[in-house]
Amino acid sequence: MTETIEGSAAVAHVVRNCEPDVVACYPITPSTHIAEDLAKMYANGEIKKYITVESEFSAISAIMGASAAGGRSFSTTSSQGLALMHEAIFAAAGLRLSPVMCVANRALSAPLNIWNDHEDTIAERDSGWLQIYCETNQETVDAIPQAFKVAESAYIPAMVCMDGFYLTHAVEQIDVPKTEMIRSYLPKFKPFARLDPENPVSIGAYAFPADYQNFREDLHRDLIASKAKVRKAHDEMAKLTGRSYGDGLLEQYRMEDADYIFMGLGSVMGTAKEAVDRMRAKGEKVGALRVRCFRPFPGEELAKALAGKKSVAVFEKDYSLGASAPMYAELVEALYQKPEAPVLSSFVGGLGGKDMTVENVESLLAKIKDAKRHSEWV
Amino acid sequence: MIMEEARFHGRGGQGAVTAAEILAVAAGLQDKHSQAFPFFGVERRGAPVMSFCRIDSKPVRIHQQVYEPGYIIILDASLINANITKGLKQGGKAIVNTKKTKEELASQLGLAPANVFVVDATGIALKNLGRPIVNTAMLGAFSKVTGIVELDSVKKAVQQRFPAKLAETNVKAVEDCFNQVK
Repeated sequence: MTETIEGSAAVAHVVRNCEPDVVACYPITPSTHIAEDLAKMYANGEIKKYITVESEFSAISAIMGASAAGGRSFSTTSSQGLALMHEAIFAAAGLRLSPVMCVANRALSAPLNIWNDHEDTIAERDSGWLQIYCETNQETVDAIPQAFKVAESAYIPAMVCMDGFYLTHAVEQIDVPKTEMIRSYLPKFKPFARLDPENPVSIGAYAFPADYQNFREDLHRDLIASKAKVRKAHDEMAKLTGRSYGDGLLEQYRMEDADYIFMGLGSVMGTAKEAVDRMRAKGEKVGALRVRCFRPFPGEELAKALAGKKSVAVFEKDYSLGASAPMYAELVEALYQKPEAPVLSSFVGGLGGKDMTVENVESLLAKIKDAKRHSEWV
Repeated sequence: MIMEEARFHGRGGQGAVTAAEILAVAAGLQDKHSQAFPFFGVERRGAPVMSFCRIDSKPVRIHQQVYEPGYIIILDASLINANITKGLKQGGKAIVNTKKTKEELASQLGLAPANVFVVDATGIALKNLGRPIVNTAMLGAFSKVTGIVELDSVKKAVQQRFPAKLAETNVKAVEDCFNQVK
């Protein structure tokens, strides 16, 4: 049953319904309401443990410790908060822990800006975490139990990324999965090894040069292999809720006979679907392709989805300064020397909340009809 | 129905964001789809704030600001400048918290008097709440002027939002604005 609530409140509700052992948050806009609502729930006895830490670095440290002790753990943050966690973010993945974090995506300083883009999470793309980018609040609340399921079975931490303000502060109709449903979906977290005073073990011991690289390669291979788990976790929940998001990795919208494709991450893709419908009504063969799972990167799946298309506008709210747009570069790599690969154009926009409208999407789709390679900040 | 879009103008602390949220809840109570969200400069009391609300019979899937509202709701008339009606649809309506007349406001906003609605929401709020917080009250005016949400839905949404005693005084302010908007 849907209720009309704020995206952040809905996230707090679903986290509570996942019955975490430990939540640790340090508030930062635009993730603050999630942290506040979870704190209220703890005060009401609805959550087992909520630690009010003194910084984001402590928040990530606390949920790592909880996960290492065999607990289901959660945090939320944004922008500078995520950046402050950076050192521990890599360690959480290297230690093969299973926390879930909801990142309310926001621009990085400087200049100071509280609005949405994807610079914060894209900067953590090399860390070894899963990254799911959600288009809607409904998808975000559905993705959180899925993230726990994958993280706790693959021993890989997971970020669920929701656009700051566009989703976190949007009040709309949302069906929050209930505790009973989540209990039937999400098994108890039983890690293969955990910190236990009765049976002491060491987690994250030193690795000599002969071993270190093997650990990193294992993590990479397991992350790639977790694509199957992401799909399965998505499909199993779709059976319970009746709601699906493509195949869990990619969502294709009116792609079957499309020649020109708009590709992107997150909430802008709802706007893109509207643009596609308007252009289709005028007889234009356009479609939209949403990358839901950015880590692991669905390179092979993208090559298959785009084979035979004429031209693709890759839209990103992030940039690798001094180089190129990260998703664009990764798509180029995925399609290199593939037969029937389309022409790929890179458009960077929406930084720091610069609004991306239906008309903006339409103009990019019109631009790539010349089947030439464009690279622009829009 | 065709999607309806409203834009609220207020100052930080006046509750423009809450107003759009309560309107979204009221629409939800009528089994409509809705989406409310804010836009502001700095997170400070007194700074200009805008908030938006979309209402539709099907799910709202676009995630962009409202550029061509059918309705603007002005909680604080000191915010009126040349840009405040920007994008307002042809025949779109403005609802203003003011003691001035419809004609005076129409001339100030550059709109036809038929499309301008005025109510002394500050006076109504002071009478009922003892504080000049006009956001809930103005939703009563919105309901009367537009008919998009029923008065009962607005009252129920207000009751959901606030503790019982505060809800009661806010509901009275909603009713007064519904009855007094001209």
